[in-house]
Amino acid sequence: MNVDFYEKIWMWAALGIIVVFLASIGFTTFGMAVQPPSHVEMIDPETVRTDPEFSQPGVTVHEDGSATVVVQAMLFAFLPNEIHVPRGQPVTFRLTSPDVIHGFQIVGTNGNTMVVPGYVSQFTTTFSRAGEYLIVCNEYCGLGHHNMSAKLIVEDMASGTGGAR
Amino acid sequence: MIESRRLALANIWVAISAFGVAAAMALMQALSRADLDLPWRSERMYYLSVTAHGVLMAIVFTTFFIMGLGYVVTEKSLRRPITMKKIAWGSFWVAMIGTLMVAWAILWGKASVLYTFYPPLKAHPLFYIGAALLVIGSWGWCWVIVDTYLRWKRENAGARTPLPVHGYLATIIVWILATIGVAAEVLLMLIPWSMGITEKVDPIMARILFWWFGHPLVYFWLLPAYVVWYTMAPKVAGGKLFSDPLARLVFVLFILLSTPVGFHHQFMDPGVEAGWKLFHTFNTMWILFPSFITAFTVIASFEVAGRLKGATGWFDWLEELPWGNPTFSSVALAMIMFAVGGFGGAINASFGMNAMIHNTAWVQGHFHMTVGTAVALTFMGISYYLLPKLLGRELELSLLARIQPYLWFAGMLLFAVANHLTGLAGMPRRIYQFEYAGSQIADQWISGTGISALGGVLLFVSAACFVAVMFATGLAGKKQEQPAIEFAEPLEEPGDKVRILDRMGLWVALAAVLIVAAYAVPIIQHLSAETFGSRGFSPF
Ligand code: HEM
Ligand SMILES: [Cu+2]
Ligand SMILES: [Cu+2]
Repeated sequence: MNVDFYEKIWMWAALGIIVVFLASIGFTTFGMAVQPPSHVEMIDPETVRTDPEFSQPGVTVHEDGSATVVVQAMLFAFLPNEIHVPRGQPVTFRLTSPDVIHGFQIVGTNGNTMVVPGYVSQFTTTFSRAGEYLIVCNEYCGLGHHNMSAKLIVEDMASGTGGAR
Repeated sequence: MIESRRLALANIWVAISAFGVAAAMALMQALSRADLDLPWRSERMYYLSVTAHGVLMAIVFTTFFIMGLGYVVTEKSLRRPITMKKIAWGSFWVAMIGTLMVAWAILWGKASVLYTFYPPLKAHPLFYIGAALLVIGSWGWCWVIVDTYLRWKRENAGARTPLPVHGYLATIIVWILATIGVAAEVLLMLIPWSMGITEKVDPIMARILFWWFGHPLVYFWLLPAYVVWYTMAPKVAGGKLFSDPLARLVFVLFILLSTPVGFHHQFMDPGVEAGWKLFHTFNTMWILFPSFITAFTVIASFEVAGRLKGATGWFDWLEELPWGNPTFSSVALAMIMFAVGGFGGAINASFGMNAMIHNTAWVQGHFHMTVGTAVALTFMGISYYLLPKLLGRELELSLLARIQPYLWFAGMLLFAVANHLTGLAGMPRRIYQFEYAGSQIADQWISGTGISALGGVLLFVSAACFVAVMFATGLAGKKQEQPAIEFAEPLEEPGDKVRILDRMGLWVALAAVLIVAAYAVPIIQHLSAETFGSRGFSPF
């Protein structure tokens, strides 16, 4: 197949761009450990409301200053709906749904995951800016979908204190 | 004379009608998003409308148009009538009945599950049964085209497959590979579950099968548009196809790469391991390559057109192109929009950056540039060319036809840019309004949704112009013999070069290997893990 000279240059350039994209994805994934939330853990959606962990949603701040946030996403609310977490510390979110699929998106950050019944979603992130954030459901879940939101408050906290309300 | 003209027209009229209805719903949605008080505005209407708009645009309009265009392209480029006319009509009616079932379920408020119908949202069984019939009807169409091609091949031993048919065969292969996924989801999981035969379905398994289908679906829409760009638009512009073998290569690459990439829609899902998501991401990036080639080849073909008309400078060939011809301007504007939209797509598909924009209005901006413009505007453009020839009538309201593509482009620019920006600012897609308990963060989105609504109004006016031109032509166009349908000749006939590109059996086999590599392990892992499944919910 004889390819036009300029088109050949173009094709090599296109390959170059793709290789750069691939390399940057490879670099952020392996070099900087940036990964989408891909936790694999199952839970029976019918027992979420009696599950020892998820029936007590809320924030636990650990000895080392990091925190774990347990959230139930349901038609049409997040439990808890006001979440206080420490600034500058790793915060691990664990979420599940007793009913349909929801989304959990902390607006203005890369905190974003699907919440799927039957599965536990988990991701860890660190908030460097104190203040109030908006959490929204970003997966259509029914007629109240657009009302499904919560507040995240990032603040300086002493370790070992709870933050749930 | 075009033998399959009634068949083609039946399919295309369904497509145009679906498009018109969906565009009217879209206007309502765009205004609602800007928080304007419309009569009958309610969340129930909004989500019903988004479901109908998504299904009518993304599935009904595209599929019927692709089928109609496919009959014409096959017959004209093979220079033989299609075989099995009865099966072709039967398929049309099966698809039509399926569409009516789906429409009934949606309009009666029993299926506001959106066009992605993720379980455990549960619709009326007729929604899933109708969707299955629509797909089965499209399989009948595939069978007719493939049978016609095989018959032609026997009659013309040794001849090269004409490029338009090569592109359509690729479309069919992509569609068959894709629909295996959704057929498994709908037939094995959702129909029995919605009818109460089974109690539970696993939502992640359903999403895996849905996106097995969902990404190649994109290429099922795009490849017929590429057939138009490569083989019809250069002719309309007065040029020649710059490179025939590269066009063939492009279609083959899409056969290989369209399907093993579905997890790039599930980056944010639990229950799917990061390693497999990464593998699908790597596959995804290569899909940019055939589109890069297409940009060059098609633009070079237009340059040939300009030079044949006497242009000699660097850019003056652009002025020689028929910008007043709605078919040409539609295709050219569609390509420009696709180039911009494609870069957004590379961001969507990148593992890390996806979290910023996943399920935000950005996505809505993105696919309205790609399927909503690159594909839809191309289909509108080629309708201006095709319908008069199929009907044997002059194009009516040709002034409207001339401005319509520019209006669409302007409207879409406003709509898409505004949605990309509000998406970056965090606004979710698929929401009726954004009070969010008086959140000030959400308040900032209003300027974006206002601009998007303005874009929506222009788009609606443009869509109305298109539909008006089509119906006016169909009902009142002056009866007159029209010039024949012609395809662009290549600068250089392919002759015997790279014949291997025509060996579709080989490419199907390779594509199957890639699909197995991408999906076998994660699906088997998933099926052998202990999952619980969900009952259905219908909160609408
Ligand atoms: C008249 C021009 C159009 C306008 C004003 C328009 C507007 C909209 C709006 C406002 C939404 C709702 C978004 C949401 O709440 O998330 C939407 C969704 C959508 N549109 Fe369009 N659109 C137009 C044309 C098209 C075309 C031509 C296509 C494809 C061929 C298309 C495909 C879709 C799809 C697939 C959805 C997604 C539905 C969902 O999220 O479930 N649209 N459109
Ligand atoms: Cu929701
Ligand atoms: Cu995709």
